[in-house]
Amino acid sequence: MNIHEYQAKELLARFGVAVPPGAVAFNPEQAVYAATQLGGWHWVVKAQIHAGARGKAGGIRLCKTYQEVRQASEELIGRRLVTTQTGPEGQPVQRVYVEIADPFERELYLGFVLDRKTERIRVIASQHGGMEIEEIVKNDSSAVLQVIVEPAVGLQAFQARELAFELGLNIKQVSRAVSTIMGAYRAFRDCDASMLEINPLVVTADDRVLALDAKMSFDDNALFRRPNISALFDAQQQDPREAQAAEHNLNYIGLDGQIGCIVNGAGLAMATMDMIKHAGGSPANFLDVGGGASPDRVATAFRLVLSDSNVKSVLVNIFAGINRCDWVAQGIVQACKQTEINVPLIVRLAGTNVEAGRKIIAESGIAIIGADTLAEAAAKAVAACRNPTATPAKAH
Amino acid sequence: MSILIDEKTPILVQGITSEKATFHTKEMIEIGTNVVAGVTPGKGGQTCAGVPVFNTVKEAVKATGATTSLAFVAPAYAADAIMESADSGIKLVCSITDGIPAQDMMRVKRYLMRFPKERRTMLVGPNCAGLISPGKAMLGIMPSNIYIRGSVGIISRSGTLGYEAASQMKALGIGCSTSVGIGGDPINGSSFADHLALFEEDPETEAVLMIGEIGGPQEAEAAAWIKDNMSKPVVGFVAGLTAPKGRRMGHAGAIISAVGDSAAEKTEIMRSYGLTVAPSPGDFGSTMAQVLAQHKSRRAAG
Repeated sequence: MNIHEYQAKELLARFGVAVPPGAVAFNPEQAVYAATQLGGWHWVVKAQIHAGARGKAGGIRLCKTYQEVRQASEELIGRRLVTTQTGPEGQPVQRVYVEIADPFERELYLGFVLDRKTERIRVIASQHGGMEIEEIVKNDSSAVLQVIVEPAVGLQAFQARELAFELGLNIKQVSRAVSTIMGAYRAFRDCDASMLEINPLVVTADDRVLALDAKMSFDDNALFRRPNISALFDAQQQDPREAQAAEHNLNYIGLDGQIGCIVNGAGLAMATMDMIKHAGGSPANFLDVGGGASPDRVATAFRLVLSDSNVKSVLVNIFAGINRCDWVAQGIVQACKQTEINVPLIVRLAGTNVEAGRKIIAESGIAIIGADTLAEAAAKAVAACRNPTATPAKAH
Repeated sequence: MSILIDEKTPILVQGITSEKATFHTKEMIEIGTNVVAGVTPGKGGQTCAGVPVFNTVKEAVKATGATTSLAFVAPAYAADAIMESADSGIKLVCSITDGIPAQDMMRVKRYLMRFPKERRTMLVGPNCAGLISPGKAMLGIMPSNIYIRGSVGIISRSGTLGYEAASQMKALGIGCSTSVGIGGDPINGSSFADHLALFEEDPETEAVLMIGEIGGPQEAEAAAWIKDNMSKPVVGFVAGLTAPKGRRMGHAGAIISAVGDSAAEKTEIMRSYGLTVAPSPGDFGSTMAQVLAQHKSRRAAG
């Protein structure tokens, strides 16, 4: 789960990370009021979306008057911002963050990730903060400083101090950077974050060290014990179909192909998509119905897949272990009776209770194209999608 | 032989009294698995699925001599259950649980390293279907009737894709020595390389099928290990050639990610280290049949 910049900054501030004074606004009036209350001479108005690279996309505006604050907010709130990290459809801007813009001397980079390779928290820092960090690192890997955190004892102050000195800070700045690094680490650990990035971390002329931007993502599996974090969820930043899927414990990702896929297990779901491609077709989505798929959940999966108007055929591939084919079959029949399915439906069932499942489908009177193997199912789905006169799966 | 478990392995089931765990324990017993105990705190003294239930793993181990555990425990308590088994001298824990927090897994992995190598617990999973040595024993939730006993070892991140492979092989009469699901979580227990090493030593195993996925360094590391250490043929596959690139937040992922995370890159790495790559997920069985035939004729000639 991702949160907005202003939420991340509020959170980090509670752990002792220094941030510039700022306030969130949902409309231009609030933005102007925030600027008057914050004081200062210059402000930045920043579009709040769950993606980076906002600056280059025009999502961050430097304003010198209240009028400019109003104008920037009017232009940003309500539009969709497309950045190199959002995908072509962009993300909706529904709030802006108004922050005092103070001059600074240096831009640094500070990041924390759960590293799969070492299976530990990895701290990354660089003297080269800002928008070009990826390019700089690609050309010069020595530009990145790294520390691996020993999970039994956590990040130690000496490690933060070493990083701070290597970043070329003076002694006054070092002690403030150590507070920032240690505070950010505690926030990461105590909130079950999966990624935390402060870019840039700036150093001012009077030796302050400030988080000018902040991004945080959290481990979805840990939200059950982080109610304060899960309360920050912003459904508007999610694809509507993906949000609907998540509500029913389904894992759905929309794509631009023509064959809708309903599969159990992430690995088998990816393999089914690969098989469709191999057979000459293109998948319309990734959808994992997971273990213990009840008839209701299967029926919801159908509604989701069919809500994509590009879908020309639907392939259901279930290899039941902890699932049961008879349950899945009931779900398919229920979905076909509740929802009008105007495209051919190909069903491949295997594993636990497969005979009972096939029987339910055979006796349902619905025109379903059966398949025994993955290869056969994919071939039939591709053929059905190419043939507009193929039989739709209507109930008789 | 087989790896990790056979019909003699004494097994306990953590969380045995939940409905799902009881169901799968009965399935395991039905195919001949030697389940000797269950553990559910507060339910010690009861009997479940025909075996005695204990309050703690230590009590169960002391009373029954169990060496292996199937941890059927909800995500919030799963890390605790794995560590309890490790501390009680259990040699192999298989964790089925999907949804364990990543930082819990980080602590579990660190905890397992406390023990000297000769008594260190091996963890299979989490978020996996378990393992099976067909005709002997099962430690997990797979449909046992899709496996036949034979000479191919299977290692798969995905449970259902492992089923797919086993059933394609069965259709061609190819059986399996042991099939292991190592789980799909970003931080998991034993790796491809851990199990490849066991299959290399196992006299019953003639060839291995390893099925990976996008993300993480394990497939590439395993392929390098195979080149240097493995005499038996390995068929590989990486699912997710068509998987979409996710939206992202910030630069941190890109800064630390090494080359070789995508399915295409991993497939190429497998090929370059001499693995035979199945051309599609519909070809697990046929590719393995070819490799076994080549291996036999090479040995006959050789």
